[in-house]
Amino acid sequence: MEIIKARKLAFEYVKLDEEGRVESRSRAVDDVDLDVQAGDFIAILGHNGSGKSTLAKHINAILVPTEGTLFVDGKDTRDESKLWEIRQTAGMVFQNPDNQIIGTIVDEDVGFGPENMGVPREEIWQRVEESLKAVGMWEYRSHSPNKLSGGQKQRVAIAGVVAMRPKCIVLDEPTAMLDPNGRREVIQTVRELNRRAHVTVILITHYMEEVIQADKVFVMEQGKIVMRGTPHEVFSHVEELKAYRLDVPQVTLAAHELQKAGIPLPDGILTIEELVEELRKVRKS
Amino acid sequence: MAIRIEHLNYIYNEGMAFEKHAVRDVSLEIPDGQFIGIIGHTGSGKSTLIQHLNGLMRGTSGTIYYNGENIYAKDYRMKDLRSRVGLVFQYPEYQLFETDVFTDVCFGPKNLGLPKEEVEARAYEALRLVGLKEKHYKKSPFELSGGQKRRAAIAGILAMKPEVLVLDEPTAGLDPRGRDDILDQIAKLHREQKITVILVSHSMEDIARYVERIIVMNHGQVMYDDTPRNVFGHYKELEQVGLAAPQVTYLMQTLHSQGWPVRTDATTVKEAADEILRVLKTVEM
Repeated sequence: MEIIKARKLAFEYVKLDEEGRVESRSRAVDDVDLDVQAGDFIAILGHNGSGKSTLAKHINAILVPTEGTLFVDGKDTRDESKLWEIRQTAGMVFQNPDNQIIGTIVDEDVGFGPENMGVPREEIWQRVEESLKAVGMWEYRSHSPNKLSGGQKQRVAIAGVVAMRPKCIVLDEPTAMLDPNGRREVIQTVRELNRRAHVTVILITHYMEEVIQADKVFVMEQGKIVMRGTPHEVFSHVEELKAYRLDVPQVTLAAHELQKAGIPLPDGILTIEELVEELRKVRKS
Repeated sequence: MAIRIEHLNYIYNEGMAFEKHAVRDVSLEIPDGQFIGIIGHTGSGKSTLIQHLNGLMRGTSGTIYYNGENIYAKDYRMKDLRSRVGLVFQYPEYQLFETDVFTDVCFGPKNLGLPKEEVEARAYEALRLVGLKEKHYKKSPFELSGGQKRRAAIAGILAMKPEVLVLDEPTAGLDPRGRDDILDQIAKLHREQKITVILVSHSMEDIARYVERIIVMNHGQVMYDDTPRNVFGHYKELEQVGLAAPQVTYLMQTLHSQGWPVRTDATTVKEAADEILRVLKTVEM
């Protein structure tokens, strides 16, 4: 079943001058068709200004399309009477963990979402426990968030979303401000959620190595989806990815260099193991 | 010889419950014109260390010499040192405060007491050096993209004409395009202006690509101080302290462990590809 379905979705930012006249328009998202199946792990790549964050904000109706339609779990995001249902279906995690944590104690922060949804008290605590365990932060439940590392804070922010039991989580560059360890922690947490709890994940990032295990990858440029497919399919087009100035994993680049030098390797090598295996075949023949 | 650090120690909250020995007996020599990378996981003391270089923090014990002069001597002109050693903090764009970019960049040289013409000439030069286009000079910093803001902030330091430029994670939070632009500009500055550059970074791939010397910090101490090749040769030890080598280093190690007669010290994609080709070709013959 499709949890997200966009048809010819477009969004225009309109800049007004001091008198309220339209000064300029910019089309941040342009004619996007997107289908996401429930339970999928989707990655959206693209550099700053490519429209990926604007697209993400549509998924929980922070923004509504200026043209086209977007259905989230069968609900049209332009239907205001469905707004709260949509927001509970799709949770968002943003880039900066410090901007998302409001509680003074970790478990209070995670309980904030369900409390606002009117969940009964007993159940709130049950959900807090489940969510903190799911992100591996249960033993920090009575810590103050400001003593945590960036990766830990981001996992608390994710727990806060998980506690609302959304069917889908949208993460907008959740690792951009983290160190390598923090990045690994967060990505692992997200993968586990997807695998174990079957939460649909939409990961927006510009780190290629984070998307290798995604079911599908979409590349955005100037508001449009310009590449789509499995990671292997997308990473087969090294020159195209470079033209969009995206980061290609070093192994993929090395394989590409070897191909250019005449070594018969297949396209779209993503991991060290794959490259080593392919090189072994080359050497044998 | 520009900077010599001798037995530097720094202790936060000395004698109190939260005492932390952030820099432990560090001795380093930093000759003129080097391009140095400092790596270390969060909390390893690298940010504390670099704040000593322009006298912003004063060591609990130990001495720092700048061009042979002890900067902790009573009559040392600290203000002078601060204009010679430029320090770019993390997220420096948060420190932009003037109404337009150009005025902001003028702030530093203006405070050095230079005449207006000189101040403006320096601001123009600095903005040109960071590659910011002239159409942005009169804009409010708020109108710029993340990468542009960061360049404006770096220009503010360059306008002081430092002999040593220290940057604390200058690419954190930028997309690959913004990151490459900034690092390329810094490398160009190093080449053309012959200034010493000290780059603190989490990205091993970036460090491997640009610097000639790597200092690894761990628990406030210098763990390694060597060329990238030699430092990344210790990839196992680096992992133990929460760091890693570039992906191609692992590729070469894996090949080597499977019996390929490859050298394992490649740190860039090109080095790795060349080495694999060399081995494939010798085998053919």
